[in-house]
Amino acid sequence: MAKAVALKAFNVIGRDDFWRGALSIAVFLVFWEIGSRSHALFGVAFPWVSQIPAPSAVLRELVILVQEPSFWMSALLSTLRVFEGFFAAMVIGIPLGLAMAVSRTFYGITFPVFEVLRPIPPLAWVPASIIFWPTQELSIAFVTFLGAFFTIVINVIGGAQAIDVRYFQAARSMGSSTWDIFRRIILPATLPSIVVGATVGVGITWAVVVAAEMISGGGSAGSMGGAAGGGLGFFIWNSYVGGSYTQIVAGMISIGIAGYISSAVLRKVGKWVTPWLSEG
Amino acid sequence: MNIQQMAQASQLTSSPLGSQITVSNVSKNYGAGDFTKEVVRDCSFTLDAGKLTVMIGPSGCGKSTLIRMLAGFERPSSGTIVLDGKPITGPGVDRLVVFQETALFPWMTTYDNIMFGPRARGEDTPEMRAYAEELLQKVGLEGFRKKYPAQLSGGMQRRAELARSMINKPAVMILDEPFRGLDAMTKKLMQEYYSNLYQEFRRTTFFVTTDIDEAIYLADRILIMTNIPTQVRTVINVDLPRPRHVDDITENDDANAIKMQALSLLHEEAMKSFARGSKAAADFVDAYAKRMNKE
Repeated sequence: MAKAVALKAFNVIGRDDFWRGALSIAVFLVFWEIGSRSHALFGVAFPWVSQIPAPSAVLRELVILVQEPSFWMSALLSTLRVFEGFFAAMVIGIPLGLAMAVSRTFYGITFPVFEVLRPIPPLAWVPASIIFWPTQELSIAFVTFLGAFFTIVINVIGGAQAIDVRYFQAARSMGSSTWDIFRRIILPATLPSIVVGATVGVGITWAVVVAAEMISGGGSAGSMGGAAGGGLGFFIWNSYVGGSYTQIVAGMISIGIAGYISSAVLRKVGKWVTPWLSEG
Repeated sequence: MNIQQMAQASQLTSSPLGSQITVSNVSKNYGAGDFTKEVVRDCSFTLDAGKLTVMIGPSGCGKSTLIRMLAGFERPSSGTIVLDGKPITGPGVDRLVVFQETALFPWMTTYDNIMFGPRARGEDTPEMRAYAEELLQKVGLEGFRKKYPAQLSGGMQRRAELARSMINKPAVMILDEPFRGLDAMTKKLMQEYYSNLYQEFRRTTFFVTTDIDEAIYLADRILIMTNIPTQVRTVINVDLPRPRHVDDITENDDANAIKMQALSLLHEEAMKSFARGSKAAADFVDAYAKRMNKE
């Protein structure tokens, strides 16, 4: 009975939240539309907003763009780079973080270097990365990797070090070997932190990949000319150079959507791998 | 085969009542040099096979330190702890601790938590699974086998933890204030529940508490500890017949005599730590004063 009431309350709040969200976006779009048409509507150009293409124009641009294969190529290329960098960061970052948390010796040796490299913004790596890596593609992927890597490692270390000592004591009492403790205590206990690190990391990855594409000229595909698949970052830069403001904003929105989808997918996966956190 | 026979069958190597632990002249210091803190001093007592020994003492007197040494997580600074003639050198399946707050693994279901020990030792056998089922029923959690600890109430968590320990058939069970933090009603139910379980299994048990009523209700023997550095102040034998009932304890004259004796000893010890400015001891003195007014 109490549960049903609580559930009902939750649904009402959920529906309210949905409409609040929809209202918030609608009001934002209306103000934007009015702002960018201010010169035509009121005879006075509002500062800043009047320079931005109206949402209706951006929408028209998006409708055209989604029919062009080159736009999808750009989106795909950026997504692939994000995936490569993110995947590499997970594959290298999780074991490294666990090793640093488990072994005091390893921690002592690696942590100082890690802490010196960590504050360097990934974008500061772009020039060096272009010099060190044989292809532009690799250098972009590397910078993307750095974006997620440090966040993931820090989260894994934090998560593994915060495990309650009683879990180890209980496991050892019941006859667990070191490997068993690692597999059945340390790994699942760290999983929630890994999920947090991954979700935050993938957001940074999108920020980094776009900037890296802009700076490096969109990689090999970009240097072949045009917006034919240099990634979304290069697409935006190219639109800027070409003077198509609606394309700039359309590109920005595409990145926003892509980032949102990535985080949503990771949250879903995260929930699926840590069922004990959500089933209340 | 019922649960009791299974438990006994596995105990053929040692006494069916579990093992005996002898603690001789154990001391434990932390820190070094001028910063040495003596927590346990020259402490000696015996946990008799198949008996339920309750340790009671003022908060912060070093009870948990003694438990960690019995469990093998820590070594004494001096003195020996011997289990059936063999010195304790580390943690082992023969001595299991049920902790103060739940130490169930949050990422495992009730069933997986209970099966943790057998799986750790590569004993995920049909017999063990059947035993796990029987224990689930024993502790009344058969409908909750697929729930995670966070989905269980406080009392259920304690019962799950008891089952998780018992499946390993430890020769000695160590319970560190297992019912602390439960509401009064649940606590009473758990005490009755636990008392019945103990009666069925008759395993050597070391039960630590700060609750004198709980101690008298459960114990064969009560060790009253001194203030830090801890020692055994007095040993009281509780020769009340079993099965006992929680409500009888308040009306039984023998039980009341034991209670008065224990309370006055504990009061003295609490006053000592009160004199050292311990908040916990001050609380105990207050509670004691209230209780004496009620009697």
